[in-house]
Amino acid sequence: MTNETVLSVADLTVTIGTRRGAARAVAGVDWSVRAGQTLALVGESGSGKSMSVLAATGLAPRAARVTGDVRLLGTDLATLSAAGRRRMRGRHVGFVFQDPMTSLNPVLTVGRQIGEASEVHLGLTRRAARARAIEMLELVGIPSAAERVDAYPHQLSGGMRQRAVIAMALVCKPDLLIADEPTTALDVTTQAQIVELVADLQRRLGTAVVWISHDLGVVAGLADTVAVMYGGRIVEQGTVDAVFAEPAHPYTAALLAARPDPDANVTELVTIPGTPPSPLELPKGCAFWPRCSVRGDSRCERELPPLVPVAAGHQVRTFYPRQTGEDR
Amino acid sequence: MTRFILRRLLQSGIVLLGVTLVVFLLLQLVPGDPVRVALGTRFDPETYEALRSRAGLDQPLPVQYASYVGHALTGDLGVSFRSGRPVTEIVLERLPATLSLAITAVVFALLVAFPLGVLSALRSGSVFDHAARVFSQFGVSVPDFWMGIMGILLFAGVLGWLPPSGYVALTEDPVGWASHVVLPAVTVGLVTASILTRFIRSSVLEVLAEDYVRTAEAKGLPTRVVVVRHVLRNALIPVVTVVAVQLASLLGGVIVIEVLFAWPGVGRLTYDAVQARDYPVLQGAILLVAALFLLVNLLVDLLYARLDPRIRVR
Repeated sequence: MTNETVLSVADLTVTIGTRRGAARAVAGVDWSVRAGQTLALVGESGSGKSMSVLAATGLAPRAARVTGDVRLLGTDLATLSAAGRRRMRGRHVGFVFQDPMTSLNPVLTVGRQIGEASEVHLGLTRRAARARAIEMLELVGIPSAAERVDAYPHQLSGGMRQRAVIAMALVCKPDLLIADEPTTALDVTTQAQIVELVADLQRRLGTAVVWISHDLGVVAGLADTVAVMYGGRIVEQGTVDAVFAEPAHPYTAALLAARPDPDANVTELVTIPGTPPSPLELPKGCAFWPRCSVRGDSRCERELPPLVPVAAGHQVRTFYPRQTGEDR
Repeated sequence: MTRFILRRLLQSGIVLLGVTLVVFLLLQLVPGDPVRVALGTRFDPETYEALRSRAGLDQPLPVQYASYVGHALTGDLGVSFRSGRPVTEIVLERLPATLSLAITAVVFALLVAFPLGVLSALRSGSVFDHAARVFSQFGVSVPDFWMGIMGILLFAGVLGWLPPSGYVALTEDPVGWASHVVLPAVTVGLVTASILTRFIRSSVLEVLAEDYVRTAEAKGLPTRVVVVRHVLRNALIPVVTVVAVQLASLLGGVIVIEVLFAWPGVGRLTYDAVQARDYPVLQGAILLVAALFLLVNLLVDLLYARLDPRIRVR
């Protein structure tokens, strides 16, 4: 396992033209993930976490305008043609999306859907691709893979389908796996199995993983580094241990406080008052300011705080970082 | 599968029986006495009574209906009031003309609508898309008989490339048949093409937004593979139904067009039978159309099971 950077994005911005004007879905984001490591992108819906990954890999919607520097295995994706970027997908980057019910084609067998990327990228024959698909189904723990390979998606349970999707993403042994909320649509028991499966496969294959989630519990157990996004920007990033043990941004602290504690006898769940800003009109200053419990001075409203280090490998975007040991 | 087909055939039989009943009752409501019309100026009371009783029209209605259905089961649909020939024969000899016109029209419509619909969906909002929209608006809003008349004036009158009307059997003279079928088939087919273009476009657009299409793109498949294997395979399933409904309705005969082009199909036959109050022929024609409709529907259901594994019958 090398320590080479698999995917890095710098100053990534995604603007989506809508009828009501330009929406800033991602407003200047930097992150990177190294071989064998897991980066978690955390945030509420609309925080730009998925969009930043889709845009980096050329899967943003047609209406989106993407700028910034994206390097995959050292190659600047901007220098590649659309076809060149396409060849990177599937071969070097695999994707697992949120809903296994809708992300599989209903009229093709799972075996065909798993194998087709290996036909395109590795030049396998259809027959060899089918054999490869059976191998992959075994790898992701689907019993009687030789029969399931000819099953249609509707003949599999939700958990089985998500395993098949993971097999599909990994069929070319990519360097990077992008998991976009892969457990959100599953029940809790299945969620745990899928998380374990991905962690296990990562150890065995040495794949880098970008795990997009709003589930902090999953992230804590899985990721090496975490980037918390809010309003299209990263508000805090660092190692999982540092961010979870000592959240420096009021938003991260509020998110952690909002996690229900199964041991505590609570009658009311903690929430963050207010709603996230609209990407159509991002505030000039700190995007979290209107909902912030610290609620600093008018500087927060006027001026965008820079992302600054608070400790080694731990950065935060606020004028008022929480001090170590401060009560959450 | 066999059980499924048998069940569908039984259902179709019941529907056909219902059709005979409705047609039979409707014809009782039509004003005018068929025997009088058939006799015309040769009317005299004795012949009138004789013909009436020969046709069974002096019997009570339930008896008339039961005897009709009984005979129909053996393939005997009665005799024409006007010509005295068996209805089954009259109706079946019109079938080739109608079948060849309907199928040619649908093939033409598909050849036009498929590329137009798919491309305008893949390039939605482009100039091409807008041009296709104008085409299909034109096709559905301009009456087909007017288009037919314009076609005759231009291609038969001014240019003299095609015969203005008439029919030659395909089995007798394929070239002659082809030159005669072009104008009516294109006239009818343009309307069908317009409807299909819009339908194919929206169906493809809908599938393009599906998650599994993004999955296919995420796999790095070439655009051609994404479109053909993932988009079209799914988008064309509902299109099959619409094509079938269009085909079935054309099989029912396009009355105005058949009259305009002197095309001796089922539509023309229906028109003439209504004019002449030739009830047995009218009943026979309607029954044939209903049977064709049911047959097309059965074929579509079988095709669906082939195309969509989710509804494959066990």
